[in-house]
Amino acid sequence: MKHDQAVSALTLLAPGIMSLLQDKGRLGQAHLGLTQGGPADSLAFDYANRLLANDKGTTALEISIGGTKLRCDHGCQIAITGAKAGVKINNMPAAQWSVLTLQKGDHIEIGYAEAGCRIYLAVKGGFVVKPQLGSTSTVLRERMGGYDGNALGANQCLFIKPTSLVPTVELPQAYIPTYPDELSLRVVIGYQYEYFPSLQRRRFFSGRYKVTKQADRMGYRLSGPTIEYPSRALYSEGVCAGAIQIPPDGQPIVLGADKQTMGGYPKIGSLLSLDLNQLMQASTGAVVTFTPITIEDAHALLALHRCREVPLIRGSSKNAQLPHKQEAT
Amino acid sequence: MSDANPKITIEPAAENALIIYFSSSPSPKTTHLIQSLKQGLQDSLDHKLIDLVPSFASLLVQYHTELTDHFEIKAAINCVWERVNTTSQNASAGKKVTLPVYYALETGPDLPTIAQQSGLSVSDVIQLHSSQEYLVYSIGFAPGFAYLGEVDARIATPRLATPRASVPKGSVGIADQQTAVYPASSPGGWNIIGKCPVDLFNMNKSPTMPYIVGDTVRFEAIDKETFLSLGGTL
Repeated sequence: MKHDQAVSALTLLAPGIMSLLQDKGRLGQAHLGLTQGGPADSLAFDYANRLLANDKGTTALEISIGGTKLRCDHGCQIAITGAKAGVKINNMPAAQWSVLTLQKGDHIEIGYAEAGCRIYLAVKGGFVVKPQLGSTSTVLRERMGGYDGNALGANQCLFIKPTSLVPTVELPQAYIPTYPDELSLRVVIGYQYEYFPSLQRRRFFSGRYKVTKQADRMGYRLSGPTIEYPSRALYSEGVCAGAIQIPPDGQPIVLGADKQTMGGYPKIGSLLSLDLNQLMQASTGAVVTFTPITIEDAHALLALHRCREVPLIRGSSKNAQLPHKQEAT
Repeated sequence: MSDANPKITIEPAAENALIIYFSSSPSPKTTHLIQSLKQGLQDSLDHKLIDLVPSFASLLVQYHTELTDHFEIKAAINCVWERVNTTSQNASAGKKVTLPVYYALETGPDLPTIAQQSGLSVSDVIQLHSSQEYLVYSIGFAPGFAYLGEVDARIATPRLATPRASVPKGSVGIADQQTAVYPASSPGGWNIIGKCPVDLFNMNKSPTMPYIVGDTVRFEAIDKETFLSLGGTL
């Protein structure tokens, strides 16, 4: 490794089901056929960085399902957000959605997700990874990002540049997402929406769909009422994360962060990003319904979300009770 | 279709994207218009844009919702389009790229199928594929994968009924009237007719790819010796 002033802060003893380095995504590279990637659930990812006062989009770990063990090699601060997964430090329960201060030798254990399916682990200052085409985001299909385009393996060292400590803040309990297994998702109508017969639109927006086993960072296949689309040849066109494709079998596919850059299936619209985050935390069997919204609604909802910045609060006693002899220096 | 005077329609694509559809069929002229519009939008909107994805008859425009909105982008598109569509075609013509291809049974397992169904000899198929220029209509599917068109109707061949689990890197394929080179090995259903020894996607090189949408590509038949000397592998 050739990170000059960087030190190994954490060693991944067990990567769990899948651990990927992600930043904001590889933006502006679609002309090369590269997808954007980035966190599947950007809300939980953003909170992990915000808790640590990192810049938005700083490189963090996205852990699917959990089962991850790490060892701290150099004092640092982390925040673990996303799926509820039973975090332990040196065998003592530790809070998620909260700044955790680690000392050399600490063992961090992330259990298996009980609600939600993607966990984010950010470190103060961010993991030091050489970007590829402007981003550290790992896209396995493209073998891009992370270390050599791969998921992280056991004994991988994760580097940081040591920085000063931040206050141990946490997200108020009321704002912590609960990741229910029944979701109502808002769809910005668009693309071929106008060409779907009104009966088919009604079927889609009144139907209950289930998340199938074929659900990953590239897309979620759903099963439920079949949606028909009048056969009309469609040239492949650019698609966004959140786009809802209706393939010939009539069963919707919602595209995720690792979508291909182009697709030839008709689309009825795209999920609001705030709701795509929720879907990407859902697992097989979760029930999904859809509500149509206009682009005006979507802009208003995003603006509201941005201006309603949730205040972080000083850590409660449960976080202060970390089994440390003293505060990290 | 009044290709002489194409129109555009603009639809929302997502909370941070809209898609422009061109009324004309895919053609060099349509691609030229899309490229001119894309360039104009890049110049006028610059940092407000996240990405622009041109395709056969559409252009996806993705923007930062912190900096702009659907309506500002839509107005800008109409503004640029008026200029692009009324001024004579002045966007610069694309580059011309030549790619060497070793056409042979050992690199192109589907050459006999194409020859058989077209009633041509294998060498005729090779001759037809390598004797014209192709336009880069679109890039996508995989890093560096360029959709080129259009091949002579006589050698146009539908995709395989069952895609191959793995098509080797550099393979040159035909699907209907499109042709392409696989920049990396991947599953694929195109009819494979040869292999190109040139690296088509290399992140450590600048430019990363030898072509962009709007460029033209010509294939040059090479023999086995040349293929191997250019770094090709069998």
